[in-house]
Amino acid sequence: MKDSLQKPNIPVYIALSVGGILMLFPFVWMILTAFKTNAEAMQIPPVIFPSEWKIDSFLQAMESLPFPKLYLNTALMIFFRILCAVVFSSMAGYAFAKIEFPLKKVLFGIVLLQMMLPSQIFIIPQYQMLAKLGMTETIFGLVFPGLVSAFGTFFLRQIYLGIPDEIGEAAQLDGCNRWKTFVSVMLPLTWSGIAALSVFTAVFAYGDLMWPLIVNTDVNMMTLSSGLSTLNGQFVTNFPVLMAGSVLAMLPMLILYMIFQRQFIEGVAMTGGK
Amino acid sequence: MNSKKRNRSDMFWGYLMVAPTILGLLILNIYPFIETFIRSLSKTKAFGKYEFQGLMNYQEMFTSEEFWKATWNSIWFCVLTVPVGIFLALLLAVLLNAKIAGRGIFRTIYFLPMVVAPAAVAMVWKWMFNAEFGIINSIFGTEIRWLTDPKIVLITCAVVSIWSSVGYDAILLLSGIQNISPYYYEAASLDGAGKVKQFFCITVPMVSPTLFVVIIMRLMASLRVYDLIYMMVDQANPALTDAQSLMYLFYRESFIAGNKGYGSAIVIWTVFLIAIVTALQFIGQKKWVNYEV
Repeated sequence: MKDSLQKPNIPVYIALSVGGILMLFPFVWMILTAFKTNAEAMQIPPVIFPSEWKIDSFLQAMESLPFPKLYLNTALMIFFRILCAVVFSSMAGYAFAKIEFPLKKVLFGIVLLQMMLPSQIFIIPQYQMLAKLGMTETIFGLVFPGLVSAFGTFFLRQIYLGIPDEIGEAAQLDGCNRWKTFVSVMLPLTWSGIAALSVFTAVFAYGDLMWPLIVNTDVNMMTLSSGLSTLNGQFVTNFPVLMAGSVLAMLPMLILYMIFQRQFIEGVAMTGGK
Repeated sequence: MNSKKRNRSDMFWGYLMVAPTILGLLILNIYPFIETFIRSLSKTKAFGKYEFQGLMNYQEMFTSEEFWKATWNSIWFCVLTVPVGIFLALLLAVLLNAKIAGRGIFRTIYFLPMVVAPAAVAMVWKWMFNAEFGIINSIFGTEIRWLTDPKIVLITCAVVSIWSSVGYDAILLLSGIQNISPYYYEAASLDGAGKVKQFFCITVPMVSPTLFVVIIMRLMASLRVYDLIYMMVDQANPALTDAQSLMYLFYRESFIAGNKGYGSAIVIWTVFLIAIVTALQFIGQKKWVNYEV
């Protein structure tokens, strides 16, 4: 095409690079600060590189927060939220897209209603329910609001609507019942949708702050996000420790992002608009 | 299989397959929605119990200065973040759409804040905006109290919010832009339209349905902003009331002060506010969103 033969577009490069530096700088500064001593970090005028790369701040951050547990809690919360969202939403998404049954529109209306309401409107009663079950300070508590996903149902229904009816009908003529058609014929056709939903669920569960802060107040049961916010109160002026904590908290997701960046960006673009 | 039998079997499988989701939504969302509404009309008592009392919470809320300030802060935060953020995202999407080498790397970089928890993002910006030792005041040689000056604190938060969301919004807009046929641009070039004119006369109208969705999403997110401000402006900050959003106030009232009835009234008010803003957008869209193509 003509476009691909264009000469390198210098103004575009300059604009994107300036913006790119603005995007990257906070991360660079976070890492540089984490390796400085507190005195060095507060020097005026500021020094850019630490004179000696010290890991003391990382050790201090790990002493005040049980990072291995935070990693585990966050990973478990994300795993179960993805599992629930994918399994239940696939089933419901398929049924809403491909099966006719009475009251289908009303039931789907419930899904749409949940999507339109901000999650904070559910928080107080959800917390009370969880407290009544005696399930605060547990992994189940962290997963609780994500046991089912209205968004996932809506999203996967769209994916199933895009699959031609003939495919399922052929399987049914071969004697498969609805469940068998769903599991062995339809479900395997939706992997890209499932991947997108998983990325979406993971990113939002990982970033969520209010819910984990409310349900799990024991530092051993916190997520990376809520744990980090307690560090914030503990080391008000010790910035190298705060930065070291932030680096430790963002590392796992960052590594995953570096490996699966295509899936991340496409996943979010696919699920976009929520 | 005869059709009657098949309908019965379809009904069975249909209900069975939606059952977990529907039951979950009823218990986790629909019931809580109703309960929050009732709670907002009730007095909070010990052990999560409550007692109906009419509009007292709303009366208290509407006469509270802190509440009105929080409402104003939430709206002001939208005004600060949405227009600038959306404009920058659209610009970025157009730049990322240019056929240049390495645009995959740029895409990866701009998307980066999305995969980092807001808590960590807020932490580093708080450090950079530190009035005494922060790098930003050092670079510009200023002594601005970014996080404690009542007039500036929300602008600071808005900057961070735009920084975090611009890449995400741009990726969404980019997929809209990529659907525009190149022939429009070729025709415009032949007619002598410059890049700027093409942007306003082709790109903006053609991407307007996606743009509309992104604007609605960003407005809703900004009206219920919480985590960023919570992390940047702690509860001992003297500028707290000047930065406190509705959802921050909701969190403090419900879970720190323990006044869940009052908190429920705040959240109902926020939903009301979001509904009005969204409705206005849907009315306004007829003037500028183009569904023709």
